[in-house]
Amino acid sequence: MAEYRLKTPLKEEDVRKLRVGDSVYVSGIIYSARDLAHRRLLKLAEAGEKPPVRLEGAVIYHVGPLVRRRKGRWEVVSAGPTTSFRMNKDTPRLLECYPVRMIIGKGGMSGEVAEALKKRGAVYCHYPGGAAVLAAERVKRVVKVEWLDLGIPEALWVLEVEDFGPLLVAMDAQGGNLYEEAGRKARRSLEKLLAGLT
Amino acid sequence: MAVECVELKVRRLEEAVVQLIRKAAIELPSDVKEALWKAYKSETSKIGRIQLKAILENITAAESAGKPLCQDTGLISFYVRSRSIDHMAVEKALRRAVVRASRLVPLRPSVVHPLTRLNTGNNTGNRIPNILWMLEDIDHMEVTVVLKGAGSENSSDLYMLPPGEGVKGVKRTVVEAVVKAGGQPCPPTIVNIGLGGTVDLTFKMAKLALIRPLGKRHPEGGIAELERELLRLVNSTGVGPMGLGGRNTALEVKIEYAHGHTASLPLAVNFQCWADRRATLRIHPDGSAEIF
Ligand code: SF4
Repeated sequence: MAEYRLKTPLKEEDVRKLRVGDSVYVSGIIYSARDLAHRRLLKLAEAGEKPPVRLEGAVIYHVGPLVRRRKGRWEVVSAGPTTSFRMNKDTPRLLECYPVRMIIGKGGMSGEVAEALKKRGAVYCHYPGGAAVLAAERVKRVVKVEWLDLGIPEALWVLEVEDFGPLLVAMDAQGGNLYEEAGRKARRSLEKLLAGLT
Repeated sequence: MAVECVELKVRRLEEAVVQLIRKAAIELPSDVKEALWKAYKSETSKIGRIQLKAILENITAAESAGKPLCQDTGLISFYVRSRSIDHMAVEKALRRAVVRASRLVPLRPSVVHPLTRLNTGNNTGNRIPNILWMLEDIDHMEVTVVLKGAGSENSSDLYMLPPGEGVKGVKRTVVEAVVKAGGQPCPPTIVNIGLGGTVDLTFKMAKLALIRPLGKRHPEGGIAELERELLRLVNSTGVGPMGLGGRNTALEVKIEYAHGHTASLPLAVNFQCWADRRATLRIHPDGSAEIF
């Protein structure tokens, strides 16, 4: 279980080195994206159009931040991860269309996403769900926001972060998957528990 | 004169409820904080301990910065208890308080139309905030606010069990639901259970369980025993903090029930994430008020 400090844009070889259980701190730019932003990114790719952000070596954060506007600037107040499951369907396509290297979220993602991570050389990192003020403290500034028509939580926020973490590598590019392991164990204990019920 | 008097009361209630929402969004109730500390101390999984440590640090950081502890400030529900209620006036105050708190605390605008997905921008909407009126024989008025995020609400479900399965069926279903939910509702969770009634009442029972503090058992011995047994079972699954493995899957299991039809056994499982945000405002007959 090693510790890494990485700068964006992330390089494929750096990401492929990561193993489940490692902890990572990211500095640079990260992009928020939830259900609707994923849809729009895919639509653009299908239409052959460019998105308003550069996603080479990008970090996508599953988050709908709580923000406020002060003196004409956006400020991130609270910004923990949202449940990544909702993005299961769109993520394999997203990884095909854009060279994203890291996804940050909570709760883990599907087997198809795990496959796509392996194939494309990307990882999924877990951030403790609800630890939103800690996360916001690592956000230095809002660089810009796109697609505000989707609503504040669903918009595409471009955030400059410093030592964003500790992120736990939960699904790596080798097929390692901490959620799968924990889930398998839980299902095994469930069988035993059910057999012993009175 | 009378109209002015009502308006004044509405204003004061609105003001107090803005403070109430602020407190709920920023600071967890002490029963929840204690339970999280206990979980941290008893957790044996290394990754699990890291999750709980981050949770505890975040609680402190939110309090000292005066910021909402989770970005998902959720859908807002109010539980209003009183002997007699001026529904229209109270509802007006509560709605206005939500709009103002959204800007002042601030809260994330999280309320959208179910189909168009258009965000209303101020956390109110059709039938939102959700208000549950509870007529009770008490001298004061109590308003409990609950901020409920989507992660835990999305994992909730209703089960129509064959009545013949009885208590065993209830145990099986609850434990299966917890394993299926995994890390999605941000464990350690509080599992709130409703039993019996017609299905609306079943869920209402689960919501009444939700506002009961942790550590306070159901007054009936048999139900209290089932709560204890379910907590033990749930924490034997090993789902653990954030679904990454460990012994602290739930902080508490609470049950409320209504009698039901002889041919049904409805069971509602409503998950509450560790960010169990609720606070209560009590207004005494002399007009003095306190928040706890
Ligand atoms: S489940 Fe609770 S703690 Fe987790 S992100 Fe949602 S509201 Fe926050």
